[in-house]
Formats: sequence, structure tokens, C-alpha cells
Amino acid sequence: MLAIKNLHSSIGGSEILKGVNLDVLEGKVHALMGQNGSGKSTLAQTIMGHPSFEVTAGDIELNGTSILDMEPTERARAGIFLSFQYPSEVGGVNIASYLRLIYNKSHDAHLSPVKFREILKEKMEILRMKEDFLSRYLNDGFSGGEKKRMEMLQMLVLEPKLVILDEVDSGLDIDAVKIVSAAVQHLHEATRASILIITHYSRILKYIEPDFVHIMKDGLIAKTGGAELANELEEKGYAHIA
Amino acid sequence: MSEKPKAVKKQKSNVGDLRADYKTKYGFNMPDKSVYRTKRGLNEEVIRDISKTKDEPEWMLNFRLRAYKTFKERPMPQWGANLNDINFDEIVYYLKPTDQEKRSWEDVPEEIKQTFERLGIPQAEREFLAGVKAQYDSEVAYSSLRDELEEEGVIFLSTDEALRKYPQLFEEYFGKAIPPADNKFAALNSAVWSGGSFVYIPKGVEVKRPLQAYFRINAARMGQFERTLIIAEEGSFAHYVEGCTAPVYSSDSLHAAVVEVFVKPGARFRYTTIQNWSNDVYNLVTKRARVEKDGVMEWIDGNLGSKITMKYPSCYLVGENAHGEVLSIAYAGQGMHQDAGAKMIHLAPNTSSTIISKSISAYGGRTSYRGLVNVSPLAENSKSRVECDALILDADSASDTFPVMKISNSSAQIEHEATVSKIGEEKLFYLMSRGLTEPEAMSLIVSGFIEPIVKELPMEYSLELNRLIELEMEGSVG
Repeated sequence: MLAIKNLHSSIGGSEILKGVNLDVLEGKVHALMGQNGSGKSTLAQTIMGHPSFEVTAGDIELNGTSILDMEPTERARAGIFLSFQYPSEVGGVNIASYLRLIYNKSHDAHLSPVKFREILKEKMEILRMKEDFLSRYLNDGFSGGEKKRMEMLQMLVLEPKLVILDEVDSGLDIDAVKIVSAAVQHLHEATRASILIITHYSRILKYIEPDFVHIMKDGLIAKTGGAELANELEEKGYAHIA
Repeated sequence: MSEKPKAVKKQKSNVGDLRADYKTKYGFNMPDKSVYRTKRGLNEEVIRDISKTKDEPEWMLNFRLRAYKTFKERPMPQWGANLNDINFDEIVYYLKPTDQEKRSWEDVPEEIKQTFERLGIPQAEREFLAGVKAQYDSEVAYSSLRDELEEEGVIFLSTDEALRKYPQLFEEYFGKAIPPADNKFAALNSAVWSGGSFVYIPKGVEVKRPLQAYFRINAARMGQFERTLIIAEEGSFAHYVEGCTAPVYSSDSLHAAVVEVFVKPGARFRYTTIQNWSNDVYNLVTKRARVEKDGVMEWIDGNLGSKITMKYPSCYLVGENAHGEVLSIAYAGQGMHQDAGAKMIHLAPNTSSTIISKSISAYGGRTSYRGLVNVSPLAENSKSRVECDALILDADSASDTFPVMKISNSSAQIEHEATVSKIGEEKLFYLMSRGLTEPEAMSLIVSGFIEPIVKELPMEYSLELNRLIELEMEGSVG
């Protein structure tokens, strides 16, 4: 699905990713773990095409085609979704019409507000979101938990092929982690979307079991294994593993 | 679109695109069939001609002549936007396009109907409209009033017609809120005014649906000097809406209007304007409301077009508990300067005012907020809140703020907030990562920015406004 080859990425002249190699397989759940500053979020932002990050070497291929020359817009249209660690607040933008806009763009559809509401209703139930949420402005004045749910709602609306979750569980209580996990699980089961979970702690992995666990250190993948690697990490800490 | 210069497109400017579209969309010049027009330039003879053609009473002619004298004496204002290129000798000061005002739609000349059709005044909205007043050049070409309004005693006429039909009422209020000596352009309007609306809402009458009027200029070098006079009697309520779009000209045009509103005790009046003059028009408008005890005046002012706009709707809060409000949106694109704001004059105890101004500048455009809050010694316990936010879309554009506060009473509570922001890379990236293109993301951010004001507008205006923003943003990727 996604092949990251010897990826080097810099911001403001300083290199953060120093030759990352990582394959995200079709229909699989990958966990990318690592300490703060190891380069996890940089990898996520580089995959999505953040303009501040410059790829100096290597490649990112989606189904065999390089995406490095694509705008974030095209990457999204190609099926990549990044759940942001810190989603932007966009004041004055009504959530209901925004979601309909991104749905119609991504699905090449022209659904009316009424038709779209039907689709949305089911997705909001998964996230246990109330109807009145839709009349608010996009992330405007949202709590951390509300922002993460909003990210998940957008994910369900866009129905991407590859989901990258950047610290989606940070700052959430256990109930919220369950809800977020249920949304990811739902998409994964319904569409066989590939999932890349970026996380510091193994907590969320109790709810979404990974097929592969990768440990990142100093801008490189230091170790790859199965789900058991996450348990090992839990017990012994990063110092012993990588 | 064939007229679009290629060089403009390469410069990542959308304005060429927009104005090309604008030309097909709004910029159609109907053949000019005016029955009567004055020569270019202004002198006493021209003013006498105008007054005579209109068969005006002696006092109005004298008013005009006195105002003309003031206009000549006053120097060109140098404190705001640059007005030095206006050539008063090149302007036609009066033009009457049809023989007489028409009451029914059927009687309206075909080409005028076409104009309104292309402006997109939909038939379906007629139900929504309480009455339509549409100004074509200097006179009201079409006017209709719902019977129910007439029965309630609401008067909604062209200002010229009102002078003929209600001379006493007219003389009592005309020029009393804005005397000709107020400023050079109020003096000019007072000397040569023509057309505009006269609205009288009797005591206790609530007009539920907005009263609407559409204005437009249709002849090159044709100055439009409409004069609007509104009287909202005690305890009444009404909402007046005017929208402007104009054709494209090769030469500069001048629009110098005067709007006077009298809000009597306990009355509430809302005046909404959306101007989208083509970008060769000087839009210099004086708007003032006199608000009495417990009265409420709301100005909603959208400035999207013109070359230069200078407009500061004001409220004179003369009675206890009077409230004034200005919500203002300005957009300045290439070659445009929007110098807009508000004035709140607190002259009585417990008066309150709110000014919210949102401006957007792009493609080298400039927006200025210019505001005055004046609390007099008599205005015990007055409150005022000013919020001005500017959004700058690129490095070539600019925005500045000139807020003036004159507080002569220590019990006053004054709040002032100002923000200047640029569209952040993070926000754009966030929205683009959801599959929106850069222009789509930008127009979403811009629409969101002005949403607090747009939501106050009647539906068709907010739709049109959002469509205009999309058009503006679409050209941004070259």
C-alpha cells in the first residue's frame, strides 16, 4: 500500500528523518511507537505533504506511484487521511456544511444537505456525537477530546484507504479512547483500510490490535515486530528495546 | 474571458479573472436612452436646471444653491483615501432615464427588466420582498408596494416623489441629521441629489419583511447622488436593504450618497447595504442616524467593490438608553482601498454601542478601519464595544486601523479589541489534507472570518457574498 524508502526529511534545514524504511501493508494495522522527538509526527506530516518539511532524499510510494510531487489535496484525494495531533480551529465554518463539502469533493458527489444528513447520522452514532454538534464551527473552542472526535468524524466521512492517526489517544480519557478506537475499527472492518497508529503509549493498542509494531528512534525505524513488541515495550520501557 | 490579459494571470492575480467574469455577469451596458441629462460639469445653472426639471419648491432650490456654495468652499479631504484624481468637471450630474415612475412590473421598459434579471433579482423572491424599489440611473424606475404596507400607512417612495407628495413631512426632516456643511461630499449631494428612497414607518407599525431597493449606475461618468430619508416613528420596526452592483466603465465614476435615518423613541431600524461597485467607482457616502430614547439603530454595511470607498455609518445616541450598532465587512482587492468604519456619538445617559468590523485585503488591496467613539459629559453609564479584525491574504496587501476614542465621562465602559491575521499555513494545510484545493480552503477560511456578519444578512445576500468570495479565491492559484 504505502512504501517509504530511505526517507530523509528536514524542517528549517535540520534533518529529522534520516532514512526511514517502512511498508504499510494493505488492510493491515501498523503501530509506530517511539519517544517524543523520535520523528513520528514528522513522518506523518511528511507523508501528508506539510509544506514546512522538505524531503531531501528517498521516496514515498502509494501503490507503486511516488506521491512526493503531489499537493496535500491530491494525496487526500488519493485516499490518505491524517488525523492531526493538533487540529486547526476554523472559526465561522459550519460543521454540517463543511462535512458535506469534503464528502462531495472526495466522492465526486452532489448530495443535498438532507441526503447527506442520513449518511452522517450513522457515522455520528458510532462516535456517540449529538446532532447539535453539527451546528458548531469547525474545531472552534473545542476541547481536546472533541477535536479528536471531530477528526474521527471526518475520517468516517472521507472513507480513506490509508489512515494515519497521530497521537489520537493523547489527552483522552478511557471512554473516549474506546470510542475513537471503535470508529477506526469500524472503518477498518468495513473497508479494509490500512491503519498506521502513531502513539507514545501502548494503551490504544488494547482496543485496536496491531499486526505490526515499529519502534522509531532518532529518525530511523529501530525495530519491527508483531503485537508482542508493544507488550514488551510496556513492561521494559524504550531504553531496553531500542 | 477573452479580454483577460495574460500577464495578469501570470502574476497570480485573480482580479483580471474576476472582473472579466464580472463584466459578463454584471457589466452589461444597456443602450442609454435617457430622456434628459445635464452637461458635464457643475455650476449654478446646472443646479437650477435640475431643480426646474423636477419642478421643485423654491426652498429646495435655495437649499441646493447654498449647498453648492459650501461644496465649492470646502477643500478636498486629505485625511483618508486619496481622492485627488476625481475630476468634477467630467461628471454628468443629472440624468433621467424614463419619462415617469412606473408602478406595475408590466409597465417597466424591457431593457430595464433585462438589467434586473441579469442582476439576479429572482421572481421567486417577490413574496419575500415587501416592496421593491429599484433605481436605474438617477430616478426610481420601478416601484411597487404591498397593499398591506400601504394600509398600515407605510410610505416607501422615491425621494423625489416624496417631496411632491409629502412636502411638510419632508421639509421637517430633510437635511436635519446631515446638514450640507457636514462634509464636502454631503454638500455635493445636497446640491445635486436625485433619486434615493423615502421611508416612513408610522407609530407602532412593525414591518416584518425587509424593504428592498437596488441601485446601479449605468452611464459612464454618471455620478449618482441618491438621497435617502427614513423616519421610524415611536415603537416601530423595519429593515431596509439595498444592494448595488455596477457595470464596468472605462472612466471613473462617482457615487456620493447621503442617508439620514430618524429613530424615534422605542423604535428599531436596521439598514443593510451591500455595495459591489465596479472598481472604477469612488464610493463616498455619508450615513447618519439620530436615535432617541430606547431606540435601536443597526447599520449593516458590506463594501466589496469600488476603487475607493469612504464610509463611516454613524449613530447619534441622543436619548436615554439608545443603542447603536454597526456591523461592517470590507473586501479590498487589486487597486482598491476600502476606508470604512463607524462613528458612535453618546449624548445621553445609559446609551450603548457596538462596532464590529471585519476586513479582508488581497492582491495588493488596502483596507482601513476608521472609527470614532465619542462619549459626552452628559452620557452617564454609557457602554461601547469596538471589535475590528483584519485578514490579510498576501504580502502585497495592507490593512490599518485608526480608532479614535473621545471619552468625557468617567463612568463610561469602553472595550476595544483589534486583531490582524494572515491565513496561516497550518490552517490551509489542515483543510487541504481533507481534499480541498488551496482556493477552496482559502475561501472557506475567508467565509468563516466574515460569518458573524454574513449571518445577519438576508439569505440571498449571504449566498451572493459567499459566491463572490469563491470567485475571488479561485483566481488565486495562477
